Amino acid sequence: MNLTESQIERYSRHIILKDVGGSGQEKILQSKVLIIGVGGLGAPAALYLAAAGVGTIGIVDADSVDLSNLQRQIIHFTADVGRAKVVSAQAKMEAINPDVKVVPYQTRVYSENIAEIIQDYDFIIDGTDNFPTKFLVNDACVLAGKPFSHGGILRFNGQTMTYVPGNACYRCVFPEPPPKGAVPTCSQAGILGAVAGMLGTIQAAEALRYIIGKGKLLTNRLLTFNALDMEFRTINLHQNHRCAICGEEPSITELIDYELPACDLRGGNHA
Amino acid sequence: MAQEPKKRLDLHGVICPMNFVKTKLALEDLTPGDLLEIIIDEGDAMLNVPRSIKEEGHKIIKVIPLGETFQILIEKGQS
Repeated sequence: MNLTESQIERYSRHIILKDVGGSGQEKILQSKVLIIGVGGLGAPAALYLAAAGVGTIGIVDADSVDLSNLQRQIIHFTADVGRAKVVSAQAKMEAINPDVKVVPYQTRVYSENIAEIIQDYDFIIDGTDNFPTKFLVNDACVLAGKPFSHGGILRFNGQTMTYVPGNACYRCVFPEPPPKGAVPTCSQAGILGAVAGMLGTIQAAEALRYIIGKGKLLTNRLLTFNALDMEFRTINLHQNHRCAICGEEPSITELIDYELPACDLRGGNHA
Repeated sequence: MAQEPKKRLDLHGVICPMNFVKTKLALEDLTPGDLLEIIIDEGDAMLNVPRSIKEEGHKIIKVIPLGETFQILIEKGQS
């Protein structure tokens, strides 16, 4: 056991858990998680994973903090308006926990760079705010054999599922992005800030449970909730053997950059 | 023939839950069947630590009162 005295105290509430213990905490300290988008979903995920002691956390976002982000993106403060989101997030994560190494990527992800960014990580959190990037994250993770947590939020609703190779992927369930304009973005439809926190926190818990290898992940299950009436349900999923990316005869063999809606182009990778 | 403890921990003055955390970490380093001897305070520690140890599947072999403390012999269970 290589935990220092201050680590034993910092992580004592984890260590006490029968399913974590000192060995589980050491796994967390040695793990590497990538968060794509430090917005509504990525903000709480980044804070919890940093607090938990995830050894290396990569954060990807091209955007700067906007005043309209602060109602839900709780890693960014009023004084951060105008700063790059990855810079703002890195400062808070390091302030919470000096054990954590934060690797900032101030860029969007696209077909040319995503494989290289995800390759060093054990688990990926999709905290993006648009369908083209969600499909890109799915396809890149499937092709690289990387587990990831999908998350999506709108108004009072959230949905999340976890992909681990050999199980249903996002495209098994949703074969194609919806037609442009069919689903409004958060900026058009609104989002209750706390809903982003709920979903991003579930994604952080999935990453931690994947790392410690305990419990039943949200694989082959889609968790959805409606926070207006506070109702949760899970829908069982199956791997689609005709899935275009993970099926028996995949038609997608290289990554696709679907066209981004023009109004989202300056929005960056955040929910 | 009494088995010797593999490790001893003096947790006198160490409050909850750190006394249990230290005990748990020490047990993680042992193999099932090994013995660990700890010293904990009467009161809260004595009320909570042995119960938590048992909940994790370990066995309390012996408890000896020593003034304001207790000496507890634990056998590591199968994890």
